[in-house]
Amino acid sequence: MLDKFGIARRIAKEVKNGYYVNLGIGIPTLVANFVRTDIELEFQSENGILGMGPFPFEGEEDADLINAGKQTITALPGASYFDSATSFSMIRGQHVDLTILGAMEVSEQGDIANWKIPGYMVKGMGGAMDLVASADNIIVAMMHTNKEGQSKLLKRCTLPLTGVACVKKIVTNLAVMEVTKEGFRLLERAPGVSVEEIKAATEGNLFVEGLIPEMS
Amino acid sequence: MMITKTVNTIEEALLGIGDGMTLLLGGFGLCGIPENAIAELVRLGVKDLTCISNNAGVDDFGLGLLLRNRQIKKMVASYVGENDEFERQMLSGELEVELIPQGTLAERCRAAQAGFPAFFTPAGFGTEVAEGKETREFDGKMYVLEKAVKADFAIVKAWKGDTAGNLIFKGTARNFNPNMCGAAQITIAEVEELLPAGQLDPNQIHIPGIFVQRIVQGRNYEKRIEQRTTRPQS
Repeated sequence: MLDKFGIARRIAKEVKNGYYVNLGIGIPTLVANFVRTDIELEFQSENGILGMGPFPFEGEEDADLINAGKQTITALPGASYFDSATSFSMIRGQHVDLTILGAMEVSEQGDIANWKIPGYMVKGMGGAMDLVASADNIIVAMMHTNKEGQSKLLKRCTLPLTGVACVKKIVTNLAVMEVTKEGFRLLERAPGVSVEEIKAATEGNLFVEGLIPEMS
Repeated sequence: MMITKTVNTIEEALLGIGDGMTLLLGGFGLCGIPENAIAELVRLGVKDLTCISNNAGVDDFGLGLLLRNRQIKKMVASYVGENDEFERQMLSGELEVELIPQGTLAERCRAAQAGFPAFFTPAGFGTEVAEGKETREFDGKMYVLEKAVKADFAIVKAWKGDTAGNLIFKGTARNFNPNMCGAAQITIAEVEELLPAGQLDPNQIHIPGIFVQRIVQGRNYEKRIEQRTTRPQS
């Protein structure tokens, strides 16, 4: 079974040479720590930077330089700043190659819910609805089950939706799956996790074909 | 001779803002917010405001100051976490809240600035955001019709400005500020450094002065950091 760093490390393998990548808050932010250093890529943060670098050293924080999670960041040589409308032109116009974000629920149709729990938590969708509605390549990073042990991979989402039929791939602490017409197609198992365990933790239809390799 | 947009004080800059008005306010989190104008709105005590801004500040800074004072009737934003007072007022029904996708908010501002009444976006299709709105298919994909914002005043913060109203922003403090200029009846810009016309390189200007009606030299910027995050010295 993977921890959040393991999930981030596995997703980092999906980042290809030449990609512009948008990372959501939480586990997705960690992906930046694990991408290969021998490929060209740029991180976009939707509040208005392309070419986002690592967190600053203590004493070098700049209040005018933050990411979408409102954390202080740095800009790499070649970075650019822009306004919010331009930022979402990059996203809506499909110029960003890969979007990685967290979720509360994903359905076997690729629907995603991650912005609201009615009567309990309403923080807002931020840029998530624009990202999931526009991006061709969306990977969800999340735990397979919630804190109560209930599956987050469902036949139908129960929470208010962020987007419909948009998630392509899901990486959890247990497995890598892709969304297909048959439901969640199992691609890889986390180290030490059996297909049966993944099936038991998945409420939606889990499509298993052939031998499922363990993540390398 | 260049048209002069300068006003001498923040009081003068906010002249005409009254109860029940709709305001656009720039900033992302606490980054690039018009600190001087917010402080003056608190002092003025104008109430029943509709505030359109990406976020609602924190409990004791930014728009959180107006919330604490019960000056906001309705908040239009994309993300409102990190604010206990906001959550309390929303759950108790004291505060009306409309949450809209961030890119849609930016484009609704740009549409108003550019004279478009509405536009189609894929964001929010199939979700509660699209409820009651016209939807349409283009090339096999579904889109939602969203309208330009309508506001009485836009209040933005820039890094540098000149007396002609030209603006330059810094870092990610740019965010919604340029998109809100000219998206309301009157646009007010507070700047860290106000220069005589001619002192800014025309090649470097982000927002031409035509989109700005009043420009004022801001003071005592606190520039609070919401999530100070650092990496270890290696």
